[in-house]
Formats: sequence, C-alpha cells, structure tokens
Amino acid sequence: MWSTSPPRELMTKQADYVLRTVEERGIRFIRLWFTDVQGFLKSVSISPAELEVAFEEGMTFDGSAIDGYARVQEADMLARPDPSTFAVLPWRKEQQVARMFCDIYTPDGEPFFGDPRQVLKRNLDKAAALGYTFYVAPELEFFYFEDSGPEPKVLDRGGYFDLTPLDVAQEYRRSTINALEMMGIPVEHSHHEVAPSQHEIIVRYTDALTMADNIMTFRLTVKEMALQHGIYATFMPKPLEGHEGSGMHLHMSLFEGDKNAFHDQASPSGLSETATAFISGLLRHAREITAVTNQWVNSYKRLVGGFDAPIYISWARNNQSALIRVPTPKKGKSSSTRIEYRSPDAAANPYLALSVILAAGLKGIEEGYDLPPEVADNVFQMTPAERAAAGIDRLPESLSEALEAMERSELVAESLGEHVFDWFLRNKRKEWERYQQHVSRYELETYLPIL
Amino acid sequence: MQVAVFPADCSEAVAEAVALAGAEVHRVDDLVTTELGEMSLLVLELGDEPMRRLRQLEPVVDDVGLPVLVVADRASLPLIERAKGVTDFVLEPLDPVELGVRLRRHATSNETEEILRFKDLELNPLTYQATLGGAPIDLTYMEYELLRFLVENPGRVWSRQQLLSKVWGYDYYGGARTVDVHIRRVRAKLGEERASWITTVRSVGYRFG
Repeated sequence: MWSTSPPRELMTKQADYVLRTVEERGIRFIRLWFTDVQGFLKSVSISPAELEVAFEEGMTFDGSAIDGYARVQEADMLARPDPSTFAVLPWRKEQQVARMFCDIYTPDGEPFFGDPRQVLKRNLDKAAALGYTFYVAPELEFFYFEDSGPEPKVLDRGGYFDLTPLDVAQEYRRSTINALEMMGIPVEHSHHEVAPSQHEIIVRYTDALTMADNIMTFRLTVKEMALQHGIYATFMPKPLEGHEGSGMHLHMSLFEGDKNAFHDQASPSGLSETATAFISGLLRHAREITAVTNQWVNSYKRLVGGFDAPIYISWARNNQSALIRVPTPKKGKSSSTRIEYRSPDAAANPYLALSVILAAGLKGIEEGYDLPPEVADNVFQMTPAERAAAGIDRLPESLSEALEAMERSELVAESLGEHVFDWFLRNKRKEWERYQQHVSRYELETYLPIL
Repeated sequence: MQVAVFPADCSEAVAEAVALAGAEVHRVDDLVTTELGEMSLLVLELGDEPMRRLRQLEPVVDDVGLPVLVVADRASLPLIERAKGVTDFVLEPLDPVELGVRLRRHATSNETEEILRFKDLELNPLTYQATLGGAPIDLTYMEYELLRFLVENPGRVWSRQQLLSKVWGYDYYGGARTVDVHIRRVRAKLGEERASWITTVRSVGYRFG
C-alpha cells in the first residue's frame, strides 16, 4: 500500500543530517513543535545533546497540559521529531535556534489519536490508498495593528493593491516573506488587501501535510516579524466591523502520480469527473465541516453578506461570490487545474481543516455524487426564492449552528476520529455558551436608548 | 590545514618542516585506532624501520582515505615502489621547502575534491553544509541532496523522473511533482538573484548553471 511515510532508511539519513547540521552550525536549542486541537502551536525546547535520544525514542512530555490531549490516565506523551521538517529560525539572530515538527505517540508507541498532525496523516494515507496526493496552496490574509490591545488600531487607510506611502507595512511584509523563503516556504506573491491595514500573502502549493506545517510556521513568522517591528499581526477572522475579514482561500488539487486528476482534456470545462465529484462532495458536506474550517465565534462575523466572503453553498468558474471557485488554468498548463474553497479562515487548525475538506471531497469521489449546476449569477443578488429554487443552501450562520451540523456528521466523526471529534464539540460548545452570556456593545447601543 | 604525522616519536626535523609548511601537526601513535577524518594528509616517516612502517600503513590505507606523504632515505626507494597507499615521497636529508610544496599540493588537491563550488555557492558533502558568499544557508536533507546533484552535474537538462530516481533514489509517493516543490524551495533559499541558476526547461525538466 502507498503510504505518506518515507522509508526508515531515509528517516535515519535525515536524522543524521540534522545531527550534523546542529553541530556544524552551533545550534543551541531545538524546538520540537506540535499543535493542539484548536490549532495553537506548542513547543518543547531541547538541547543538541538530547537530540539523538529524541530521534530514537521521542521526548516525553506531560500531555495533560495540552488542550485536547488531556486524558488523566495517560498524561505522558512522546513527541517524535520529523527530521524532514528541520529548519533554522531566521528571526533568532543572537542565538541559533532550529525547529522540527513532531508526531505525538502514546508511551506504548502508538500514534496518539488526539494529535492533529496524525489525524491529517491518517486522512492522507486514505487518499494515498486510492492513489491520490493532495496538493494545497493557501491565500493567507491578516491584519497589522499597532498593538494587541482590545481596540484595533490600523496602520494605514490603504486599499487593494495600494502602493503609496500609506502602505507603511510594505517593509514588514517584505521581511516576513524573506523569513518565510529562508525556511523553505516559497511565496507566490503578496499585496495590500481591501481593508485598511490588511495584507495577503499567497504561498506556493505543496503537499497537504507540508502545507499544514507551513501554515503553522507562517502564522508564527508573520507574528514574530511584526513583533520585531513593534507592531501586532492577527489572523482573527473579522477584527474590523464594516470591513472585509481575513480568510484563507484554499487552492486544491489531487494528483495521481504525475497527472493532475482534476484535469480532463476531453471535457469542455477542463475538469475531470474526479474534480466534479470532489466539488460535489465538498458542497454536500460543506455545512458539516464548517465548524472545523471556521472554528471561532468570530469566524461567523466574516461569513456574512455584503463582503467578499462566501455564504451560499454553490460553485462557479469565475464567480467570486461562490463557495467553490474553479479558476481558469493558465493556457497549456493542465497541471494547474484546481479548485478554490473560499470559506476557511486562517485561524482554523490547518491539520483538521485539511482533513475534513479532503474527507468531504473523497466522499464525493467514492459515492460518485452528481455535480449541481454551476451558478452563473451573483448569488448574493438572487432572491431567497430564486436561491431555494436553484437548491442553494447557506453555510451555518453561527458557531452554534455549525456545531449542530457537525455533531450529526458521520463524515467529520470519521475523519477527525472519535477523540478529537468529541473534544472539539465539547470545547466549542463551551465557547458558544460563554459568548451567549456576553452582552455586546451593539445590544447596549441599540436597545438601551429605546427599551 | 591539519596534518597527521606517524609515528608519534618522529624526528624533530619532520615535525618542524610540517609546522613550517603552515600545517597543524597531529602526532599519531596508532594508525588503526586514531580518527583521521579531520586530517588533510598523513606524513609517514620510515626512519630506521621502513619495512615495519609500510606494513603498518598497508592494512589501514583504505580506511584512512588520505594522501600519504612518505619521508624515506634513498635505500628505501624499492620498498616504496612496491608499497600500497603511498601518494608521494620526499628523500632524506629533508628539504623543508620541498616537503612544504609537496604537502600543500597533495593536501590542497584533496580538499578541492571535497568542496563543490558554483560561483559563490559552496557545498561541503562531508559536513552537509552549504554557504552562499560565505554565509550559511539552511537546507533540509532532500534540498541539500538535490542541490548537490545539480551542482555536480551542471549544464545538463534533467527530467523530473531522472531527478526523482537519482536524488530520491526510491519510488517516492509524491511522484515527480515532489521535484517541482523541492526545486521551488531550493530557489527560494538561494534567493532572488540566484534563483535563476536553476532554469525550468519547459515540458522537459530542469537545468542547473
């Protein structure tokens, strides 16, 4: 069977390479990175002397301190570094520090099912068993603010593709891109986004596991570089009322060996049946997976009408209002045939988000779902009756509604695994309850004067 | 330059001549157990026991993997002719200048074999380190192996499949697209000005240099 894991011999060579480099470069600390269920980056720092043991046996740490890992009876976990992810952190000038992503194991040496990276690996292995490699390229949006205080203070009033002195953040973005490229995360391009102080960096495609690692690295790098310039960067989905929110559009394709499985020369659209079935799967299960791709109360403030974010479950070829867009591939470049899923935000856990998206798409392929008709018009301008007639459903309007859809989903339960599925629902329900108890400024301003 | 000298109790004339040539002298008392990986060359003084010294060299000569410069008297020349693993020799009485020239010639030629260079890029296959204009660049293992292969084979067009089998060496699950991904990452790490060292040859593959 195909597997996403490289052969053991190669792992040993890569581990040797890391040991050698750490010695040659005088690296003082190695950070072992992993991710909790909500997508927060966790780090255990070890010295070069401990590295060899870490490769051979893994490093023990207390799992009960990590959100979504806690299981009282088995608090001890093993973090096993993946030597192929070794990178020196470019922003640590005074001291050489490197990092590696880890897979988490139980003390018995079993893959720990609460580890999001293992969840994604499991889903990718499933795709590999069908002969597919999953490629992803994200468009990551974020805001720069003056500080991390509760009132967002923008740095400029710039707009889309602005290149004026207003764009004081140009230099911050440039240094961030340099740092990303030094860590092996190639950038396709970047620009100032629609909202004031909002930016976008488009990362070059790679396989989904590397991309999930890259998104984690990306978020930290953007924040670190901002910090170095004395400002604050945020991936909060909707920090400014009345302006665009920050999304993470995902461009995706499946490859069978060297062939783009989404491309079919013979079909008028250029899309293969595999592609249309994948789209159908995503559309049919979109409501169920939204809690994972948009996991915060605030995520749903972005998924509202009147802005660039999608809210209706539809697909189209060049129609910016659709949930799934099929970009026109460059002429003669069949390998760039892909689909763009536009609802996720960059505050999602990338491992889990890519897991459920892949599962939904593969379900469409396995079941041979039929593709609903393409939506030619702007979905936002259709009347509710027109949308109903066209069979166009809406994405969940709130975290609560999304959780309800998720809870009923066998697909999400299966792709996340029972442990993560249960913990996620429990944790997010609590988040929703806390939010429900909050009396907002909107309510005070609207109701206090009149009621 | 690090130079191993055997035996450890060699004559002062030899040790001084090696030091005079600008090398650091490492006296070795056992050729079998001493780690010589960091050395650029081995100086072997035959002295009063030429047969024994050459016999001591013979079993380790393949492991040592260094150029061997023998210091001998004229009477030992027939032995040297038959001996295995001797790169060159100097005759006693010792001429320090001659020893210096031979030492640097052999030691240096050894080093240029190890370091791979392209313009201001240097790759050291022994230490896995890469530098650009003297500053280290950080590559992953596969990125390093890919770049090394390209630097070793400049000017030729390689297809993705060829690179996959030559560099990855096994039927990698990602297929040839893996090559594209790694090429782009290596280009990113080489930086904007040097990214064009690797050119994409449309519908064929890649060429370096």
